Amino acid sequence: MTSLDTKEARETRQGRRATSALPGSGPRAARAARAARPARPAEESLLPGSGRRGFWLYLIPGFALFAVVVLVPLVWNVYLSFTDYRGIRPPTWAGLDNWRELMADERFWTSFLNSVFLIIAMVVVPTLLGLLLAAMLFDLIGRKFGGRLASFLRATYYLPQILPVAIAAIVIGWILRPENGALNTVLDAVGLGALQHNWLGSPDTALLSIMVVMVWVQLGYPVVIFMAALQRVDPELYEAAELDGAGWFQRFRAITVSIIRPEIFVVVLTCTIAALKVFGPIYALTRGGPGDSTIVPSYYAYSEFFQSQQVGYGATIATALTLVIVVITIFFIQAQNRAERAERER
Amino acid sequence: MAATVVPPVEDHRIRPAVPSPRLPKAKQRKRKKTATDWVILAAALLFGLLIALPFLLILVNSFKSPADYTAGGPLSLPTSLYFDGLVNFWNRVEFPQKLWNSFVIAGLVALFAVVISVFNAYALGIGRVRGRTWIIVLFLLANMLPQEALLYPLYFLFKQVGLYDNIWAVIIIFTVIQSAFGTYLLSSVYGTFPKEVLEAASLDGASRWQILWRVIVPISRPTLSVLAIFFFIWTWNEFLIPLTFLVSNDNQTVPVAITALQGDRLMDVTTTSASALLGLIPTLVFFLLFQRTLTRGITAGAVK
Repeated sequence: MTSLDTKEARETRQGRRATSALPGSGPRAARAARAARPARPAEESLLPGSGRRGFWLYLIPGFALFAVVVLVPLVWNVYLSFTDYRGIRPPTWAGLDNWRELMADERFWTSFLNSVFLIIAMVVVPTLLGLLLAAMLFDLIGRKFGGRLASFLRATYYLPQILPVAIAAIVIGWILRPENGALNTVLDAVGLGALQHNWLGSPDTALLSIMVVMVWVQLGYPVVIFMAALQRVDPELYEAAELDGAGWFQRFRAITVSIIRPEIFVVVLTCTIAALKVFGPIYALTRGGPGDSTIVPSYYAYSEFFQSQQVGYGATIATALTLVIVVITIFFIQAQNRAERAERER
Repeated sequence: MAATVVPPVEDHRIRPAVPSPRLPKAKQRKRKKTATDWVILAAALLFGLLIALPFLLILVNSFKSPADYTAGGPLSLPTSLYFDGLVNFWNRVEFPQKLWNSFVIAGLVALFAVVISVFNAYALGIGRVRGRTWIIVLFLLANMLPQEALLYPLYFLFKQVGLYDNIWAVIIIFTVIQSAFGTYLLSSVYGTFPKEVLEAASLDGASRWQILWRVIVPISRPTLSVLAIFFFIWTWNEFLIPLTFLVSNDNQTVPVAITALQGDRLMDVTTTSASALLGLIPTLVFFLLFQRTLTRGITAGAVK
């Protein structure tokens, strides 16, 4: 998608440059010139001799399904956020009541603050650590100890990603169990019995435990993507840099990071969306507790929907979360386009 | 190239430790492993072990009897192999049936979502219909929306048409959600499709429909199979929507069935562990089977 719209942007820019080069052309003249221009080449299909029209047909099945499963429920959900609805009697219009309540709802803000912590655990740490691990596996272990060992380690790091969330939660819950759980047993065995703790059950460690679990779950994803991206890097580039006396970290920063920047963008964006949407681990491990210490927006919405039967208010939380995700995504894609453009113009 | 440069004599005097000219040294470094390399390797292996530890714990404890667990704790190796936990769980949840449900749902979703993604990407990436950027963003909404936001309306919609508690409801929903990602990825792949191939095909008089199925789909097969694998694993692991829509026992998927049993009093620790092992094996097998395709295809998709 990004490659598509940057192509368009580039053409617009070129068009702008060309028109403003005309003598005596003000902004209005430029606009007129742009409007008068015939269809740009990029506006044609890639298939020669066939217009763009008929291609609409191919969008029909996808769009019909999308309308039923996403569009209608989304609009419905936005509508419900303006109503007082308990799930039984028909919804009654409540105007902005829910939204006003939401802004003053401390629980809601707590849930978003917890989301920020989850972004640290699911985006910041895995991306940085993933970069380091991918470079290490590719650059050092792959070259000196053989590619087989490197791909074995990569598969190991990726393991938690294929584990169903529901099952991961069972295993983690059992490891962190206060009595006879594996972690506390280990601590006892190595003489650190004093550190034994009810990891998920006490407010001071519950969120931290969830964060550690999410790092464990998430780490394999950037490692795999970054390692695939590193295959684009020309090994001679490294050797040349090495000959020029660049240290490992300098090479890492100047070559690795700059070449795989597109993948870094993709990973950061998809992980941020995933972090904001986290539901399964919270549902299965802590149900938002103890107290509100691990509550997240999606779990809060779920509990309003299905436990308190405050459907209108649940819809408001879900809509607010959707808005935040959409805004972040648009902001991100724009930043990505800007970066790509800057790269090309350099 | 640096080999021809004879190191200046003064340099040797200042740093007598430099043993050899540069190039041979660089060549050596590829093979010769320094102490640091071994330390880093050990760290990487240790890190891998740490990540795999929960999996090893599942493996060890699935074959213990409850008495064995109480006596030796979670870390000891089983004193004797004990299969009752696995067998009990297998029978109690009618595991083969859950396996089949999960397999049908994930398999059909993978198939349908790839087909829909191909259609969408054909129109957006190759057909370049008007407003394609915004259409892709719109489709991506399916991926960005928190599923809780869709749950309530979907529940009503599917109840109205009689698909509640029917695996087809879940299949339709995930076909849409997964194909959103597929449309995003494939559109950018098709946007860079080699133009000469398309020109040759249309010179031969092939129709659009023929070009799609005889030229574009075969050429992009590596990317399509990666998408299918992703869709399969993602759908297999889904939890919230199957939990809400597949309420009756006969329709449950593997993760839902396993979670449903957790509150059960009869579930002792080793049976829980056995259930986790059984829930994990199918995706693990699938992952190992297709690991090569996956990494190859990720590269294909990432090239863009």
